[in-house]
Amino acid sequence: MAKAAPRRLALVASQGTLDRAYPPLILAAAAASLGWEVGIFFTFYGLDILHKKRHKKLKVAALANPAMPVPVPSLVGVLPGMTAAATAMMKRWMKRSKLPDVPQFLDLARESGVRLFACSTTMGVMGVHASDLIPEADVAGATAFLDFAADADVSLFV
Amino acid sequence: MPDFTSPAATHPVDAELDCKGLLCPLPVYKTARALTPLRRGQVLRIECTDPGSLADFPALARQRGDTLLSAEERNGVQIFLLRKEA
Repeated sequence: MAKAAPRRLALVASQGTLDRAYPPLILAAAAASLGWEVGIFFTFYGLDILHKKRHKKLKVAALANPAMPVPVPSLVGVLPGMTAAATAMMKRWMKRSKLPDVPQFLDLARESGVRLFACSTTMGVMGVHASDLIPEADVAGATAFLDFAADADVSLFV
Repeated sequence: MPDFTSPAATHPVDAELDCKGLLCPLPVYKTARALTPLRRGQVLRIECTDPGSLADFPALARQRGDTLLSAEERNGVQIFLLRKEA
């Protein structure tokens, strides 16, 4: 039965590769659809997911990725073009599966009321300004996110 | 758990949603959107082909507090009748 207070999901998105961007965005969309409150803390390379320019260019790493779409021997992974090929392949798969791309997932998150916390420490370390991020991003420190996460029913680190 | 005592055919349907060809989280997302304009007690019929849907829709009903009136699979298509309760 629906409870008086909605359930809450707190996610940390710490990785900025394309394949690691999707899981938190998918979980957030699903949870919001259930009527849950959702907040995602985008930290370190995960901040790229909120970056207006970079989030359109997230890549799949070919090197040191044994789960590549097509298994690539480690030495081949260092060759020029392998990251581009792996990225193009994943983008093709997502499109064929009719899944939203990263900017579309962020639109969907915004429509669903998902809170997008942009880690202020990462911004300072990496020289990222609030104007570099999508307007829905809330610049916040770890404390503000922990305050949100303290009441979470589910907390996950991605 | 869904109540399978009421066959799908006997339930009047107020709205329909085609989620065939869509993968998680889109069927659940679109279902939530389709439920928004419905009133309490109205029934949404959803068709899916994501095999995860058979596990997801009972969970969706439980989490939202809605009632899954029926869940069945016909020719690779999962058909759900969901009654809005809240």
